[in-house]
Formats: sequence, C-alpha cells, structure tokens
Amino acid sequence: MEATPAGWWVETRTKASAIFALVAIATILVALAAPLFASRGALQDLFFILTMLVLAQSWNLLAGYAGLVSVGQQAFVGFGGYAMFACVLLAGLDPLLAILIAGVAATLLAVLTGQFVFRLQGAYFAIGTWVVAEVVRLTLAQWAALGGGTGTSLPAHATRDMLGATTVGRLFGFRPAQPVDTICYWLALVLAVGTIGFIYRLLRSRQGLALAAVRDNQEAARSVGVDARRVKTFVYFAVAFVTGLTGALIYVQKARISPDAAFSVLDWTAYVIFIVAIGGIGTIEGPIVGVVVFLLLQNTLADYGSWYLLVLGLIGIVVMLFAPRGLWGLFSERTGIQLFPVRRMLVGGPPIAASEETPDALKGAPHVDSVGENARPSRSGR
Amino acid sequence: MVSLADTLIQGVLLGGLYALFAAGLSLIFGVMRLVNLAHGDLIVLAAFLILTLVTALGLNAFVATLIAAPIMFAIGYALQAQVLNRTLGPDILPPLLVTFGLSIVIQNGLLEAFSADSRRINVGWLETASLPLGPINVGVMPLLTFASALAVIVGLNQLFYRTALGRAFRATSDDKVTASLMGIRPDRIFATATGIAMVVAAIAALYLGARANFDPTIGPARLIYAFEAVIIGGLGSMWGTLAGGVIIGVAQTFGAAINPEWQILLGHVAFIAVLLIKPRGLFPRATD
Amino acid sequence: MALLEITDLTARYGDFQALFGVDMTLDPGETIAVVGANGAGKSTLMRSIAGVLNNAADQIVFDGLPIGAMSAAEVMSLGIAMVPEGRRLFPSLSVEENLLIGKYGRAASGAWSLETIYGLFPILKERRDAPATALSGGQQQMAAIGRALISNPRILLCDEISLGLAPVVIRDIYAIFPRLRETGASVVIVEQDIGQALKVADRVYCMMEGRVTLTGAPAELTREAIHAAYFGAP
Repeated sequence: MEATPAGWWVETRTKASAIFALVAIATILVALAAPLFASRGALQDLFFILTMLVLAQSWNLLAGYAGLVSVGQQAFVGFGGYAMFACVLLAGLDPLLAILIAGVAATLLAVLTGQFVFRLQGAYFAIGTWVVAEVVRLTLAQWAALGGGTGTSLPAHATRDMLGATTVGRLFGFRPAQPVDTICYWLALVLAVGTIGFIYRLLRSRQGLALAAVRDNQEAARSVGVDARRVKTFVYFAVAFVTGLTGALIYVQKARISPDAAFSVLDWTAYVIFIVAIGGIGTIEGPIVGVVVFLLLQNTLADYGSWYLLVLGLIGIVVMLFAPRGLWGLFSERTGIQLFPVRRMLVGGPPIAASEETPDALKGAPHVDSVGENARPSRSGR
Repeated sequence: MVSLADTLIQGVLLGGLYALFAAGLSLIFGVMRLVNLAHGDLIVLAAFLILTLVTALGLNAFVATLIAAPIMFAIGYALQAQVLNRTLGPDILPPLLVTFGLSIVIQNGLLEAFSADSRRINVGWLETASLPLGPINVGVMPLLTFASALAVIVGLNQLFYRTALGRAFRATSDDKVTASLMGIRPDRIFATATGIAMVVAAIAALYLGARANFDPTIGPARLIYAFEAVIIGGLGSMWGTLAGGVIIGVAQTFGAAINPEWQILLGHVAFIAVLLIKPRGLFPRATD
Repeated sequence: MALLEITDLTARYGDFQALFGVDMTLDPGETIAVVGANGAGKSTLMRSIAGVLNNAADQIVFDGLPIGAMSAAEVMSLGIAMVPEGRRLFPSLSVEENLLIGKYGRAASGAWSLETIYGLFPILKERRDAPATALSGGQQQMAAIGRALISNPRILLCDEISLGLAPVVIRDIYAIFPRLRETGASVVIVEQDIGQALKVADRVYCMMEGRVTLTGAPAELTREAIHAAYFGAP
C-alpha cells in the first residue's frame, strides 16, 4: 500500500471470518447438490429464500450503504419480470437469455428514472421511488399483449424447452416440469453467491471506502475528493440490474405474471425491508440472518392470515425501536465477530509505545484505522 | 364546453379531499421532518372509528366525527410520544421503517376487527344532493369537502402564524436545541402536532368514507396522493398543500375523463412533471 | 446564599473530558465573566448551567435547588435564560416572533417586555416584521439578547456575544450592561474579548483546559496573571 508506513499493512481478515469462509464454501457445495436429495417443495422454498436474500442484500447496499432509501424497488422486480415475458412471449427468446436482457432493461429503466429521483433527497426520494414504481405498474397494465391488468402466463413449452432443461432432465431422470425448478434454483444460488460476493468485494475496494465515507459524512467525503453522486449512481444502477435479474428469474419460475403481483409493495419492498431491518442494516450478515428469521416466521404463522402480517409488523417496529442495528448488530456488538469483515485494520509494524497521552484503550493494541461497518451510519438521506 | 368545466370543477373539488389527506401530513412533515408512512392507514382507522360510532350509537355522521376528533387526537399524541419520538434523529430510516411497520399493523388489525368488506359512512340525503352552479350541477358533499379543506388550511395557518403554539412549532422545527432553551419541550410539541394532525385525519376520514366505499387496505393509495400533494405544494406551505391537492385532483379527473384506467396514472404524471420543473415544490417556505 | 453555586462540576463528551471539577459562584445582582482560549471549556460550562448538557444534580445549585441534571426546558422555566453562542435565532420566525418566543417557557413580570426591549434596541422595532435572517450580525445579537431578556430571567447567560462582530458593534452591545445592572440582573458572560469582559464584570474567572486557573475582581488581576492563566505559564 502506497500510503502505509514501512512494516505495516492493511488487512481485513479476521479469525472468525476465515473459519466462516470455509463453512460458507462447504455450504455452497452442499447447496449445489440439493436438487439430488431435496423434494420439489423444498427446492421451491430454497429458491424463495435465495431470491429474497438477493433482494435484501441489494436493498441493503442501496439504503444501508449508499443511503438511498428506496420504497420503490418493486419497479425493477416487475419491470424485469415483464421484460423477460416480453422477450419470451413476443420475441420467442429462450428464458435464460431473456433473464439477462431483463437485467439490462432494468438498468435502462434505472437510468431513465434516475433523472427524476436523483433530484430528490431523503423522504422525497423515498416517495419519489414509490411513485415511479406505481407509474411503471400502471403503464404496463395497459399493455394488452402481455395481459393488461390481469396479466398472462408463460406457455409450458417455453420453459420446458429452456436451455439446459432437457440435459438436466436426462441427467437426473426428472419429469418434464422439474428441470425448470432445478435450473431456476441453481441460477438463484449463483445469483445469491454472486451478489454477496460482489457486495463484499465492492465494500473492500476503494469504491467501498468512498461509500462508507459518503454515508458517514457527505461533505467531508467530498472535501477529500470523493464524488458522492457518482458512487451513489453506480450503486443505484448496479442494484437495479441485480433486482431486474431477480425479478425475471422469479417470474420464470412462477411462469405467471400480473401487474399487481409483479409490482407488489408488500412482496418486494415490505418483506425485503423487514428482512434487512430485523437482520441488521448496513452489514452483509444482517440480511442473511433476516431471511432465516423471516422464513421461520412465515412457516409458523402463515396459516393465520392477517395475524401473520400483524406480528411481522410489530416485530419490525420493536426491532427498529430497540435494536436499530438488527439482530446481527446486537450479536456483533456483543461479541465483536464479523463474518464479512470490511473494517480495515492497520497491522504489523512496531507496537505503539504506551505514554501518558495514550488512552488506556489503545495501549498495546494494534492501531485501528477503522472506517466502514462499525462506524455509526448516519443516513441523513442526502 | 360544459363537460370541460364540469370535469375541472370535479377535479378541483376532489383536490379538496386530497388536500385534507395531505394537510395532516404537511403539518407533521413540516414540524418534525417525519415521513409517516402510516398516515393513510390512520385516516382509514379514523373512518372505521366514525363508522362504529354511527352504527353503534346511531349518531349522525358529522356528530360522530366531532366525537371521533378528540379520540384521534389522543391516539396521535400517544403514538408520537410513546413510539415515533423515539425514531426522530438524523437518520431517516428508523421513522420510515417504524411507520411502515405501523401501516402493516393498522391494516391487518383493521382486517381482523372489521374484515375486508367494503364499508360506507352514511350521510343520508346529503350523499346525492347537488347544487346548481350555472349550467353545472355540483354535489353538496364535494362542496362541503372542499369547504372543509379550506377551513382546515386557514385554521392551520392561523395556528402556525398567529399563535404562541404555532411559533413553538416553527421554532422547534428550525432548531430543537435552541427551542428547548426557550422552555419548549420538543417531545410534547411533536406529540401535540401529531395529535392535531390526527384531528384533521378524522375530518378527512369523514369525507373519504362518505364519498366512496372503503376497506382496511386503501390506506397506502391515499398516502401516495397525500404525499404527492405535500411535495408538489412545497415544504412548510399549507396553501401549497391545497394547490398540490387540486393539481392531483384535476389531473386525475381529466385522466379519468379520457380513459378510466388512466385516472391514477395521470395524477402521478402530473406529480413527476411538477417536480421535474421545481424539485422543491411550488411554494417551498421552510428551509430544508 | 449565592444565587448560583457550582461545585466540582465535571462534564464529558463521550470519552473526552471537558471540565475537571470547576467551582464558581454567582451572587444576586452580580456580573461575572468567564474568559479563556478556545477549547478551555467555557461553552461547556454555559451549556451545563443551561441544562443542554446533563451533569450530576448537585454540581449546579440554583437558589438552593439542585438543577445539574435538569433539562434545558426545565432550567429555563425556573428562570435561567441563555443567549446561545452563535445567536441561533429561528429562521422561520420574524424578529418580533423571535423575541416573543423567548417567554414561551416562562411568563414572568419584571423590567422587560416587548416595549422595553424595543426601547433598548430601537433598530429591532424598525425591523420587527423582517425575517430574523435578514438582520446584520450585530442586530441578530441584539435580538438574541432581547429574546433571553423578555422572560425576565433571574440569571442571564451570555455565551460569546462579541463573536464575529466588528469592534464598534461590540461596543454598542456592551453599552447595555449598565442598564442590565440597574435592573438588578445577575449575569454570567463568556467572552474571548478580555477587554470588554473586564469592563463589565464584578468578578472574573479564567479557564484553561477545563479548569479554573485564576479568579478575582478585575482591579486585582494583573495583565501578566491573566496572560498566564489564559495561555499557561511559558
């Protein structure tokens, strides 16, 4: 590192994170093999977990790190879904290719809507994103070719003849409909791992450092040359891309789309926000914890209709009031453990000599040059 | 020509309803920069409260609203004092998330208590009464709604700019710490503001429930219209909020006249159009 | 008994300790000045008295009542009014409204009312309906003082009222102090302008790095002693 004095270097690895990395790799390998032993229902559950996890990580990056609190991400889920449907139904493309195109389409939507929403700040920005989502929903509901207000379905052959479907079917001896679930599941796994990996790498890069600086104090960041606008715009576009991909993937699996479902504030924003808030905003571990809690709640309470949502709402309120860093935040504060460490530490070099001026807390400890995760995030929404 | 004037007047009067939705929100947003995502649901809650008073006690809808008003004040005061005051600070996420959760809780609580059936507040003969205004017949209820909106806006302006409490609202919204040096207790000021906003919500609820069917889930849509009105009107301006409501109302009514499916869409388009030209709204008064 | 008694006052901002056991008294009708360099702890002291910072209850006793742990609003309602550092008028209020808001927490009768404050600062009456931000620095300082006076406080706290003002303006502002003395006011001023402080104060406290380093009547204090207390002995 250029600026580091001789004998020191910057490190982010911790012992806990090293262990966790091994555990994570093992888990991913097991997950890859899941279609071999998991039931179809279980696979669909896993698919749901993974896609919600991607949406949660994305929203977390947007709001928790870039300070862009959006209540309108359902715009990209729905737009991605519809773009995929358009590609398959109207252009006859393969669903997998359509998913990719949907991601690009969502990014283009972000470029367009960014012109509007980036003029707004804070609460205005939040409401602005919601209105944008509504406009997209209402506009697409006019598109008769894709079912208008009631929506439409993917024809069975479109998914059955999907790229790789026949191969997978022969390999595993599935009935015709199952390969779709398997392929979607694998794609979701790749997307989840890829998104988390991307976010982790981003936070450890210069851009990540810039993000943390902007989040903590935009003016100070600007004074050292950090272009807040560029960093935030990049994050907004990247998140739109991932969200669009996810939306398209979700609707390949569902094979049926309608404006109300694809742009549902409840499914794609409310649940996502709860997952992130309960798990822990501003940490990568948080959304993972949140998804697990969310699934547990859903499985235990799903039969109770409105009570389920009521309890979810109450839990969300209580957590935000009394544990604003979420469940993971509580745990991490107590134990100091980070599984995805992004806090930069200056290690190596000679120990700091204890002197009268050094507060006790620093005597003998490695010099900590910390920015990022554990700095108290202040999202003034600017 | 008559049809055009008719549409315009309908739009303006609808704007009165939206201004009522928005006035409470404008007050809260102006005083404490709080984005209350549950505002629409609180209006629906008030509507159910009024409905219950009407059906259980056989009261006239307007009398029921008079009784509901102080109840809503108490609910708003308690909500702010016990819950929302804890979320205020430089971070905009806690109030957003907590009020989001509140919105879900209220909607589902109402669903459990009242079921998803559509309801209506009965105002008897007033519902279909109309007054001839030149060549056009204007409904009495829409007129009353608009008149009430005017009265509320004038009242709130008087409160804000002619009373000691209003001075305290403005001072606290400017600078909480220095306000406390004046002997103002910000927590109580905020709670009072929310209480007043809930009284306005009760009035809005009366006209919402009398005008069209309502059920526990219509809160969020009303919230969007309310926010659009507040934002295009400009922070801190009550008259701006009225103007905002009218703009949304007129845009929606014209949209509906062209194609019923375009009603809501055109309202949103008008919102976006105004913000593209004036990102801080038409009459921003307060410093942001 | 002293009107205000401060005993062994400590204050910290997180890990940073700003005051280390400050002792101070204020008698009725007295004007005391607190001087010291930037960072000496003068503003921390004022904010502690005013209730903006919380301290141990009995470290600050006002007319026999321990107020150290009270909030700013409570302290104000008891009769301690502050002219905060930087004036801090309310931008959304007019000049007159800024004056009026000063008695929101305490409506006490006494020498000061809107009329008498306008008599003290005629320029404010001229510009009574202007937004507070339209005033010059000196006029804003006058308005801030008026805002504190209108509640007829028992103690007036003035935090750095000369800051950022031209010497002739400072002179005009300090010209009101004889008038304050006439009304029997008890005043604590924090000042970087030692000259003015010595002119109006009955007693002076000098602070450095969170401690009182020198105290006495202006006549007793030599220039060298103040210099040493202010900057530290060379």
